[in-house]
Amino acid sequence: MNIFKKTILTVLASLFVIGNVYADKIKIGTEGAYPPWNSKDASGNLIGFEVELAQELCAIMKHECTIVEQDWDGMIPALLMRKFDAIMAGMSITAERQKTITFSQGYADEVASLAVMKGSNLVGMDTPEGINLSLGGSDVKKALKTLTGALAGKTVCTQTGTIHQNFLESGDVGNINVRTYKTQDEVNLDLTSGRCDVALAAAVAFTDYADKSGKPVTLVGPTFSGGAFGNGVGVGIRQSGDDAIGKRDAKLLKDFNKAINTARKKGIISKLAIKHFGFDASM
Amino acid sequence: MDFDLMFSSLPKLLGASVVTLKLLSVSLFFGLIVGFLFAILRINKNIFINKFAYGYSYLFRGTPLLVQIFIIYFGLGQIEYLRSTFLWVILKEPYWCAIIAFTLNTGAYTSEILRSAFQTIKPGIIEAGKSLGITNKIIFYKIQIPIAIRQSLPAYGNEIILMMKGTSLASTVTLMDLTGVAKYIISTTFKPIEVFIVAGGIYLFMTFIIHNVIKFLEKKYSFNT
Repeated sequence: MNIFKKTILTVLASLFVIGNVYADKIKIGTEGAYPPWNSKDASGNLIGFEVELAQELCAIMKHECTIVEQDWDGMIPALLMRKFDAIMAGMSITAERQKTITFSQGYADEVASLAVMKGSNLVGMDTPEGINLSLGGSDVKKALKTLTGALAGKTVCTQTGTIHQNFLESGDVGNINVRTYKTQDEVNLDLTSGRCDVALAAAVAFTDYADKSGKPVTLVGPTFSGGAFGNGVGVGIRQSGDDAIGKRDAKLLKDFNKAINTARKKGIISKLAIKHFGFDASM
Repeated sequence: MDFDLMFSSLPKLLGASVVTLKLLSVSLFFGLIVGFLFAILRINKNIFINKFAYGYSYLFRGTPLLVQIFIIYFGLGQIEYLRSTFLWVILKEPYWCAIIAFTLNTGAYTSEILRSAFQTIKPGIIEAGKSLGITNKIIFYKIQIPIAIRQSLPAYGNEIILMMKGTSLASTVTLMDLTGVAKYIISTTFKPIEVFIVAGGIYLFMTFIIHNVIKFLEKKYSFNT
């Protein structure tokens, strides 16, 4: 009996220890298909700005981390189902997403842009260099009017469940034919094949693709920020609660915020941004 | 469980199932024609014609439907020469790419179903026709085809149900069918369980209808009654 009890206790204790170690390891979900934010190399390893930044942040937090891959359209559901603890996948902080999850402070800012194939009649559109939808004003209104006219009847392609899709369906640029894809790769493919007249994504996603594929993809119109485009990219974390996991999520949020602050001050984010984007996208 | 979401997404999903049914019926229609032609080629005695038909069915039954759609949609779209031909008018549209893939896929299965149905016809029946002085052509149209259709009904019913579920892959080439709209709703509500349960229920209901129609036809054309 005594031995029996001891065995059970030992087993339980070891389970507890293992459980604790496991819980301490932070799992970070990323898409691995949105270069230069996050992607995969030829042998299938996750690479990119956010993969390296995640490793840096974990080093600052002195936490062990594993980075796992998750399709974009299942990213938030997978976080909610606790398949991982944090999202670092070029996910912009938007009010819509904040209804379901919470975000750390932003670590990088992306501007969105339309892209076409060279030779498209959209090249040379008369718009300002960039518009901020949160600011509004006559410039923004005029630019949106120009875009509405230019995009009328065009097929505009973008990735499903993105800020870009939200913007295209908001009616700000009129009633256009929006076509959505599972990944940015597929958007790029159909832009070059000509099935899409124009595509919308992070500007860097197109310039990166143009560089690597050598395809004559070029940005047109203004760069977009604010409004439907959210407030920068942050770490997505479950909303905290009163139970053990909820408390752990609250701590995780605090830790990430602190780590992002430290990384920013040390210039780590800027350095990584310049390495991957070619300019300082840190925020 | 978010029951409100399940109710509110029902009309959108029902609307999308019209697209699913359209994809299904159009590809079954063309698939039946393709399948019938290839079934006839399959029972041909000429070895080249026979092998050609076998090769077609082997190719499309031996590869996943998803791969076939991707090759037709993304693959062919990358061939620059093709984009300058009239074929591009059709291949440019995701709808027609899906129809082509589904047609070729179901055509391959249908050809095998019909071939085996033709081959189960007892030689005695054909000989009986011949001994009555009926021409080969009439034996084919009035004896072989009706028997083959009856024989192939159960297997073809299965094929319709498989194809109905296969149409969900249309969502991978941007079509807003039942699965496509379900994914769209999930992308804004982040609640996959609720939405997929409703979508799954609609698929189940469609299967129920197809199953019963086939059962009815089987009874109607049964030899025993």
